Amino acid sequence: MADPVQTTKPDLYKVTRIIKDGAIVADDWQFVPLASELAPEAHPIPAGRVIVPLPVWQSQRHVLAARGDVGVWLAPADDPQQLADSFGQIALIAVDFPKFTDGRGYSIASLLRSKLHWKGELRAIGDVLHDQLYYMQRVGFNAYALRSDRSAEVGLAALKDFEDIYQFSTDQALPVARRHFGANTAATRGSAT
Amino acid sequence: MYQYDEFDRRVVRSRAAQYRRQVARWQAGELADDEFRPLRLQNGLYIQRHAPMLRIAIPYGHLSSVQLRKLAYITRHYDRGVGHFTTRQNLQLNWVKIEETPDILDHLADVDMHAIQTSGNCVRNITTDAYAGVAPDEIVDPRPFCELVRQWSTLHPEFAYLPRKFKIAVSGATEDRALLRFHDVALELHRDANGEPLVRFIVGGGMGRTPILGETVRDDVPWRDMHTYLEAILRVYNRFGRRDNMYKARIKILVKSLGVAAFREQVEEEFSRIANGPNRLPEDALSWIQSRFVTPQYETLTNNPAVLSDALASNIPFARWHKRNVRGHKAVGYAAVTLSTKRAGFAPGDVTDAQMDAVADLADQYSLGELRITHDQNIVLAHVKQSDLPALHSALHALGFATPSIGLVSDMIACPGGDFCDLANARSIPIAAAVAERLEDLDEQEDIGPLRLNISGCMNSCGQHHAGHIGILGVDKQGQEWYQLSVGGSGGTQSSIGAVLGPSLRADQVPDAVEQIIEVYLEARASNERFLDTVRRIGAEPFKNKLYPNKGKSAADNKVAQNG
Repeated sequence: MADPVQTTKPDLYKVTRIIKDGAIVADDWQFVPLASELAPEAHPIPAGRVIVPLPVWQSQRHVLAARGDVGVWLAPADDPQQLADSFGQIALIAVDFPKFTDGRGYSIASLLRSKLHWKGELRAIGDVLHDQLYYMQRVGFNAYALRSDRSAEVGLAALKDFEDIYQFSTDQALPVARRHFGANTAATRGSAT
Repeated sequence: MYQYDEFDRRVVRSRAAQYRRQVARWQAGELADDEFRPLRLQNGLYIQRHAPMLRIAIPYGHLSSVQLRKLAYITRHYDRGVGHFTTRQNLQLNWVKIEETPDILDHLADVDMHAIQTSGNCVRNITTDAYAGVAPDEIVDPRPFCELVRQWSTLHPEFAYLPRKFKIAVSGATEDRALLRFHDVALELHRDANGEPLVRFIVGGGMGRTPILGETVRDDVPWRDMHTYLEAILRVYNRFGRRDNMYKARIKILVKSLGVAAFREQVEEEFSRIANGPNRLPEDALSWIQSRFVTPQYETLTNNPAVLSDALASNIPFARWHKRNVRGHKAVGYAAVTLSTKRAGFAPGDVTDAQMDAVADLADQYSLGELRITHDQNIVLAHVKQSDLPALHSALHALGFATPSIGLVSDMIACPGGDFCDLANARSIPIAAAVAERLEDLDEQEDIGPLRLNISGCMNSCGQHHAGHIGILGVDKQGQEWYQLSVGGSGGTQSSIGAVLGPSLRADQVPDAVEQIIEVYLEARASNERFLDTVRRIGAEPFKNKLYPNKGKSAADNKVAQNG
């Protein structure tokens, strides 16, 4: 089913098809890396759909905001709060997983959805593999730039690994777990008391 | 015990099926080793010295006889017939085959068991007081809370790739029997003036390379906020815990570096945001989860029936066993019995498949079909009629589980050590055996009194040496096994970390050194003073002086002296 694992990793940030809202779709968003040798304001931004690093967005926002085809990506150590006042000006938010074992991106996604109420596209980028997709979906991602050496079909299937879950989460406004506490509690769950 | 329903079963079945697919993809070369690693670890599978090791979850140490028979079956068919009960109340099998692990997980699922999150950088199996629900000093039965935390942490999507492993303990008794302050997070249950359960959150304890006692972050979290408070703690840790150095990645280092006040502030800020959110437990959650536990149907009995008092008066081995291995019980006429796995020829915690079957039968016959695994690697039958104690003692004696030494020096804790574990610097089991042999005389042990001796084969501290009244830690020096001794460690309400006595010793010096430590105690103790209390009163210095008489001279001189 899947493509064989390559011995050298492909470029994690060159992806031409992604999984989005439960379907495999072509993708032409360009990833703009954060170049340590350049000041954020000196990063050249190509034309077309781009996903820029948070510091670049912050320093060039006055120009980029008008484009309408700019997304912003967050590194694991970034504070998503810093993006809160930009929501009206950006097309998507991406969260970088430089290594799939770095779990900070799950909390960033959770905060973006539950605290900051970002409603737009939330995309996982970087070392995005099959076996983490289910959890990513549950913390609020709806798009996954799966590594280019991985089968998108296997990825789609992985989003359905579990039908039952215990926790409430951002993808479960009325979670299945509610039935777990008995139908009589349905009216009281999920609302502030 | 908690009873699974179809929902719980589907979760476990789905997980076993997912793992089977992952193993197949790994075997087909579609998953690289380092990609498969966290997946197998979060299903309990280690690759280590001789063969893969599978760690099976025993949630908060509770087992039914049916489950134990299944563990016996798995131990017989998929291992070499010996299972190892661990200090975190789990079962390890040291000789499984990777390709058979999906079948093992299916077998486990048949009896509502699994190996979910028994390893890896995630929330691990919850541990608690082995006498939960029956201990006379209990304020709040911790088991429903354990189950709520188990459900919350099982496959939690946000906290599966934490900086490091994360261990949670729960207790609700006056005496802490769950090593609360040595855990990443401990939930200590108590009650408010109206009797409503409250949770004291103790955060940042741990053993390992940097032993630290946990500190109270908040005393009075209402039980309905238990999950949201945990969520706040875990989110702060997941975001800000160190990921650059695995030795500094535990939450204890984050709490230490921020200071508990600043850590508390961050947690409280996050908690206040989510406190009234969807993860707050509904008011009937506790009664609902309690209803899912089968309540033991106790008979109306009296304490100290004649058959017991007669046996105590006439049968010295029975009386000795009763003194050490039988504990009080909430229900009149009942007792909790501890089966010692510490016996000649076996490593602490090791139990054969046949013994598991036999113990399961005893649980059915004498303890309402229920068992517990303790953090000191013993087995508890929690609901034994006092009138059955003499018969149970005979049966346990025949099985080899009646060593009357619970809480004495030979009831030691030891990890599997270098004989099995890849992480170990040194072997634990031969050291445990050598010390046990030296101190085998039970009268002598009774004279020494309560003494916890814990042995770890490396800094990971699975043998909990930091919490041992005497702790022994295996270290590697130029490829050789050496052992560092400490005194004064303890779990419990007054937890403490053991003080290291001096340079490490060779394996053959350890039994002498343990004896010398005990000699110092016996000379210094006030009447009826426990070893730990003597150490606390006189400090570590007299023990150091005894073991290292040439202190102040060079290390080389001391080695000569010890070797001589």
